[in-house]
Amino acid sequence: MSEASHSPLTALLRHRLAWPLLTLVLLLVVNTVFNASFLHIEWRDGHLYGSLIDILNRAAPLVLVSLGMTMVIATRGIDISVGAVVAIAAAVAAWMIGGSVSGSVSRFPMPLAILAALGVALLCGLWNGLLVARVGMQPIIATLILMVAGRGIAQLVTDGQIITIYYAPFFFLGGGYLLGLPFSLFIAAAVFGALYLAVTRTALGLFVQAVGINPTAARVAGVQARRLIIAAYAFCGLCAGIAGLLISSNVKSADGNNAGQLLELDAILAVTLGGTALTGGRFSLVGSVIGALIIQTLTYAIYSLGVPPEINLVVKAVVVFVVMMLQSPEFRAQVGTWVRRPAARERLS
Amino acid sequence: MNTTVTKPVAATVPTHAAPALPGSRFNPKYLPLAATISLFVAMATMGSVLYSGFFSAQVFLNLLIDNAFLIIVAVGMTFVIISGGIDLSVGSVIALTTMVSAALVEHRGWSPAVVIPLVLLMGAAFGAFMGFLIERFRLQPFIVTLAGMFLARGLCYLISVDSISMTNEFYSELSQWRVSLWEGASLSVGAVIAIAVLLAAVFIAHCTSFGRTVYAIGGSEQSALLMGLPVRATLVGVYTLSGFCSALAGVVFTFYMLSGYGLHAVGMELDAIAAVVIGGTLLTGGVGYVAGTLFGVLMLGIIQTLISFDGTLSSWWTRIVVGALLFVFCLLQRLLTSHRDKSS
Repeated sequence: MSEASHSPLTALLRHRLAWPLLTLVLLLVVNTVFNASFLHIEWRDGHLYGSLIDILNRAAPLVLVSLGMTMVIATRGIDISVGAVVAIAAAVAAWMIGGSVSGSVSRFPMPLAILAALGVALLCGLWNGLLVARVGMQPIIATLILMVAGRGIAQLVTDGQIITIYYAPFFFLGGGYLLGLPFSLFIAAAVFGALYLAVTRTALGLFVQAVGINPTAARVAGVQARRLIIAAYAFCGLCAGIAGLLISSNVKSADGNNAGQLLELDAILAVTLGGTALTGGRFSLVGSVIGALIIQTLTYAIYSLGVPPEINLVVKAVVVFVVMMLQSPEFRAQVGTWVRRPAARERLS
Repeated sequence: MNTTVTKPVAATVPTHAAPALPGSRFNPKYLPLAATISLFVAMATMGSVLYSGFFSAQVFLNLLIDNAFLIIVAVGMTFVIISGGIDLSVGSVIALTTMVSAALVEHRGWSPAVVIPLVLLMGAAFGAFMGFLIERFRLQPFIVTLAGMFLARGLCYLISVDSISMTNEFYSELSQWRVSLWEGASLSVGAVIAIAVLLAAVFIAHCTSFGRTVYAIGGSEQSALLMGLPVRATLVGVYTLSGFCSALAGVVFTFYMLSGYGLHAVGMELDAIAAVVIGGTLLTGGVGYVAGTLFGVLMLGIIQTLISFDGTLSSWWTRIVVGALLFVFCLLQRLLTSHRDKSS
């Protein structure tokens, strides 16, 4: 089979982003069919208003965490502590801003609170990275430690309470609008843009792939694999920290026990949906963004179709099973024999 | 705490230097287990010295009673981890078991004699399904059981979003039933089941071909295959066993809580993995003891007991201490395996 024999359509379908995009479009179509005003966007109260904007705003934290997770998975790792890091960052920010009811007073200046929260998140990521790259633990176990201890630390910061935030300027992060669009969208876009440039315009992307495909070979070839892995986990922690700020700002509180619950699973799901192999190496940032949008659109569809939201988990489980099977070479081979066998039988008769 | 951890390390230094000598009394592979047991004894001693009323038989039996379901789950998890895999679905399967039991007994009026075998079968089938996917399509156990975790939790909510309380006489009587061992000390039915499971698991792990195959797969799946061991059937069997253990733990959990709820046992998989690791099972597979898992669970239990006896420490310290312990034991494992790699 030569390349020329492919029609443009098959070539398009072969593109690695084709399936995630198709899924997203399909979900949007389903939403539009059941809810005619789904695609409708209008200008209200000085900003854009509509279902699509809502999905984008709510997807922003997941997009950020998925971006960090993509880099970690690309280096053959996994980070299951992101949910706990989200809780820690939210708790630190909420504690530093304080629970003063007046709405205009903050315990520490807000930029300091944000920096502190991000700094703590970065430290969490560094800790994971050091355990994986220096100590040599399996990534799932190294991050399991922080996953278990992290929620305890977050509750320690919030003193076991749900801290309600009354400081109005902080709400801008996760609930404010800039140029008619949610501000969280700009944050997610900025992180994505910076990461995309770093990965495509410098050798960073190549190095990360090299480490993911064969760490030993990469090290022998002169790639500083350890530093790269530590940086990937640190970046993932930082992303989780930003997501924690967005989430706590959006819900105007910090809950050490429940903030970011199951977020690690959603992020891993988003990354897999986007076509990044869990075995490391090849990764797609755009794919992960699309994956995160798929999850959020799916959630929205389940709510808007009037299906009990509890079904969400079952649907996600089925999606993970299907994606997993499609990624498995053994399964493809099996399906191949199912498809080929009847054809062979016809030829014989 | 530090002194108790470092003591066994110092004691084994000579064996590190000459592992092949016939006179070496202490095999370093027992080190994590020895560390766990001495740490447990140290904590128990500390509690007995610090708090009056701590040193009583019932306090220690309560460790078994309050953690009966965790022991059962962790035993199943031990087999999975020894085989080199992981099972994240156990907590959700417990929740699903309590939910199905409660719905069938309370809403449908089925007899517990039918419901209990049914839920056990369901748990085993659920585990077998995941094991089949992992084995047949070479999928990562982590992702498959993650999807299983979503699925089981979601199925709970499909049955009911709210908690269903158990009013059935059989369940309420069994939950009150106690085996009195001696004056003032007794065990619940859950603890008795847990001990039975533990004994059965020790037998399976060390005295059956299934158990030895599990160890062989964990050591090296390729070698096990070349040796002609039934690798595929055993892998499916390991996850079936874990599913069955989770369902059994779910039944015990139902006796303990007397309700079915989709939010039961959230995060139980983490506790089970932590108990297995603290019990000295290597996460890379191939090395580990079911008896160690018992001490892992007891360790988690005694931390909680100490914190509740203290009264001034808040409950979240449990998580932080468990995380710290997990870190110490992973580090210890890492040192051990790097030593083994160098010597081989």
